Amino acid sequence: MSDNLRTIVIDGHEVSIPDHYTLLQAAEEVGKEIPRFCYHERLSVAGNCRMCLVELVGAPKPVASCAFLVRDMRGGPNGEPPVMNTLSPMVKKAREGVMEFLLINHPLDCPICDQGGECDLQDQSLAYGRTGSRFAENKRAVEDKYMGPLVKTEMTRCIQCTRCVRFATEIAGVSELGAAGRGEDMEITTYLEQTLTSELSGNVIDLCPVGALTSKPYAFNARPWELTKTETIDVMDAAGSNIRVDSRGGAVLRIMPRIHEGVNQEWISDKTRFIWDGLGRQRLDRPYIRREGKLAPASWDEALGLAADRLGGDPSKIGVIAGDLNDAEGLKAAKDLFDSLGVKSLDCRQDGSKLGGGPRQGYLFNSTIAGIDEADALIIIGANPRTEAPVINQRIRQAWLHNNLQVALIGEAVDLTYGYEHLGIHASDLEGLPRKRSGFIKTLKDAKKPMIIVGQAALAREDGAQILRLAGKLAKAVGAVGEGWNGFNILHTAASRVAGLDLGFIPGAEGLDTPGILAAAGQGELDTVVLLGADEFDTTHLGDVFTIYVGSHGDQGAHAADLVLPSAAYTEKNGIYINTEGRAQLAERAVFPKGEAKEDWAIFRALSARLGRTLPYDDLNALRAKLIEAHTVFGQIDHAPGAEGAADFDPAELGADGDVLDAPIALSVSDFYLTNPIARASKTMAQCSSEVAAILKPHVQAAE
Amino acid sequence: MSVRRLAAEQPQSFAFSAESEEKVQFWLKKYPEDRAASAVIPLLWLAQKQEGWVSEPAIRLIGERLGMPYIRVYEVATFYTMFNLTPVGEHLIQVCGTTPCWLRGADDLKAVCEKRIGKKGRENLSADGKFSWEEVECLGACANAPMVQIANKAGDYYYEDLTAEGLEKILDDLQAGKEIKQGPISGRHASEPTQSTVETLKDPSLYDGSRAKPITLPNSEPAKAEG
Ligand code: SF4
Ligand code: FES
Ligand code: FES
Repeated sequence: MSDNLRTIVIDGHEVSIPDHYTLLQAAEEVGKEIPRFCYHERLSVAGNCRMCLVELVGAPKPVASCAFLVRDMRGGPNGEPPVMNTLSPMVKKAREGVMEFLLINHPLDCPICDQGGECDLQDQSLAYGRTGSRFAENKRAVEDKYMGPLVKTEMTRCIQCTRCVRFATEIAGVSELGAAGRGEDMEITTYLEQTLTSELSGNVIDLCPVGALTSKPYAFNARPWELTKTETIDVMDAAGSNIRVDSRGGAVLRIMPRIHEGVNQEWISDKTRFIWDGLGRQRLDRPYIRREGKLAPASWDEALGLAADRLGGDPSKIGVIAGDLNDAEGLKAAKDLFDSLGVKSLDCRQDGSKLGGGPRQGYLFNSTIAGIDEADALIIIGANPRTEAPVINQRIRQAWLHNNLQVALIGEAVDLTYGYEHLGIHASDLEGLPRKRSGFIKTLKDAKKPMIIVGQAALAREDGAQILRLAGKLAKAVGAVGEGWNGFNILHTAASRVAGLDLGFIPGAEGLDTPGILAAAGQGELDTVVLLGADEFDTTHLGDVFTIYVGSHGDQGAHAADLVLPSAAYTEKNGIYINTEGRAQLAERAVFPKGEAKEDWAIFRALSARLGRTLPYDDLNALRAKLIEAHTVFGQIDHAPGAEGAADFDPAELGADGDVLDAPIALSVSDFYLTNPIARASKTMAQCSSEVAAILKPHVQAAE
Repeated sequence: MSVRRLAAEQPQSFAFSAESEEKVQFWLKKYPEDRAASAVIPLLWLAQKQEGWVSEPAIRLIGERLGMPYIRVYEVATFYTMFNLTPVGEHLIQVCGTTPCWLRGADDLKAVCEKRIGKKGRENLSADGKFSWEEVECLGACANAPMVQIANKAGDYYYEDLTAEGLEKILDDLQAGKEIKQGPISGRHASEPTQSTVETLKDPSLYDGSRAKPITLPNSEPAKAEG
């Protein structure tokens, strides 16, 4: 878009504004607030609420500022710059009129409305509302619509702004919401009141300017002003969405997004948003020791004693597997302890992924999430970003929609909410690609900023290293990596993975990786296996080995354990997480750990004292200092390296040469709603899983 | 107008008949492939003409044919009141009740419908299922008021210059399965003046000013100088 500046007068001040701006944007540019309901900067302009009226001097009537371009303004007869007033009596009167109309059919039931206290309509009626109503007739009433287990509806409150409809269609990419009927009888609904099947559906709750769409699980739980708000980081996937955790007392009552343009913009996935009931269920709130086949409560003293006994043995017979939700501090303390014990078999890749070692760019999402906006061609290999990182998938969709991003996929053909060319489901399809002369390989080669995304489904296989090399070779062949642009990307699914790889939480020489540990355990070659919140594998493989589970939730791992050391969940501790881009972010404690649970690092610190190998830090700050000393990346908060060092990075050297398997590339996330122990403890997630799976049918490809 | 919902009872499935299919093809050819959604209204209309109403399976089928999400088709079907979302009588009598027709006796027509068919509302079928009726707004045939439109498989035609008896006769004929003639029943061909109007118009006093009463045009006096 051209950036022609135009001089206009806003409330008496002459300013220069790019002429493709709307009047509303122009007003915002100079700090004038314009009330609005339907306008949202990330959605298309609807212009149907009329709350944003302003006065254009010379125009016969007020205009909707959200739908009028600076370019279209008319100046005075002698070439005077056009004049817009946002505060004149005419504007005030016009907006009061709009407000009165909006309130005519609004139930005014704020005292029983969950939106109360954070409602745009409530706030704006303070400025533009009348004291009393002049409407004596019957108000319209609308039947509530069922939208699934997450979104509660009170459709009488709807002001037909259509934000929710536009969100579902444009951002979420599932055209499931619509406005049926017309005029006064217009109703927002899903087709035949089916459950919304979007993994981003919860965002309509934030978008709805009134209390028509509210959170079902949070319904009538609290008022916004009673909640303590903690700004922290999400761990449901490796995108590292910025969130705000609202709590009261010791309980997390809801989770909302925070704006981070580089990561999640202002969206979060439904798992991120609605996981919180899982934080209060199935909790490990005290140590347990297996006695006569049953886990029985124990004291910390006893539990640590037993753990120290087991870990004091032959280090070559100990295996350690870290899970997906660990903070860097906990991993660091664990690694320091096991290193000092001489344990070689440690792995932070419980899915058996073959990443790790080598340059850092080899396992990061190097283009950065924001970089997706610049890319012009993208090939996804063995990933389903829609379930693995919904906010990243949404970003790809926007680029596909607005920047003409060309997408291709190798892996299972799923509905990604955007169109793509399906190149096959086998690793061999990737192998043959660089040799082709036409088709998508040409698109990639011609692209200025090509992107390659490799997912865990391709890497967590026996031939993961070979596929990694093939992907790296492809990256090199199409010139995806070079000065200023690094188009080689790994999409992680685990929030703790990058930090784990950065810390070198992978087996040393002669050490076993996850499949190795499981195999050895099954054959009785190991004495003890320590699971750091690792639940995502078949624990029956562990056999009879003595298992120590350090984690927050009683899931598979804890059930298989002989000793359980309870630790804090992600909302209960301060920690550093590194997202798939390599961006370190600080998570903050919102509530205290449950019962006797302790932060992971503190457990290992205590254990180290028992083992006579006291770790050199007594508090979190000292630990962080050590962490940053050893790995500077942990100190660079909110910094995503992106294309740094891309010129010296050779993706073709990643992984290993060799043949690939015939087996098709499967999906790494089979049920989006149940990917971790917290999610499996959540009733809401269980309900989503069963309802959405029940109606998820082949969709008509979203064409809008 | 009131809230429009799909009928509670729906058929199992819907398919375009061979005859409709031909027309579907005609409409599909009119639009580029990626703009097939433009044909949604014609297709809904064809479905309605075939079955008498638009059923839920028809909405889905049309969505699939046009690559549209179901909700988008549903929005269109619920927006336009011309689409019947419930079964209607074989002949749907749409009585115009707007001022010109009302002045010329639309109330009599409504009384006939009420007597012969039953309660107003297109979903309220007569006992034999042949008829239902509703009141509509001006259909643009005011010069032939009062009038009704009758919608059935044969099309949607106007019956004009009606009287209560005239409408009864039409209903009788429809019931008997006889063909009825569209247009004015008064003997006029269209909306040309009737013989009596022509006679009236011949009256010379209409044109010589003799019928005019003296009037004073406002502000026509020269302004008086201010005192
Ligand atoms: S439900 Fe909320 S977001 Fe949707 S149209 Fe109504 S007011 Fe707008
Ligand atoms: S914000 Fe401009 S019309 Fe709604
Ligand atoms: S008023 Fe009846 S057709 Fe116009």
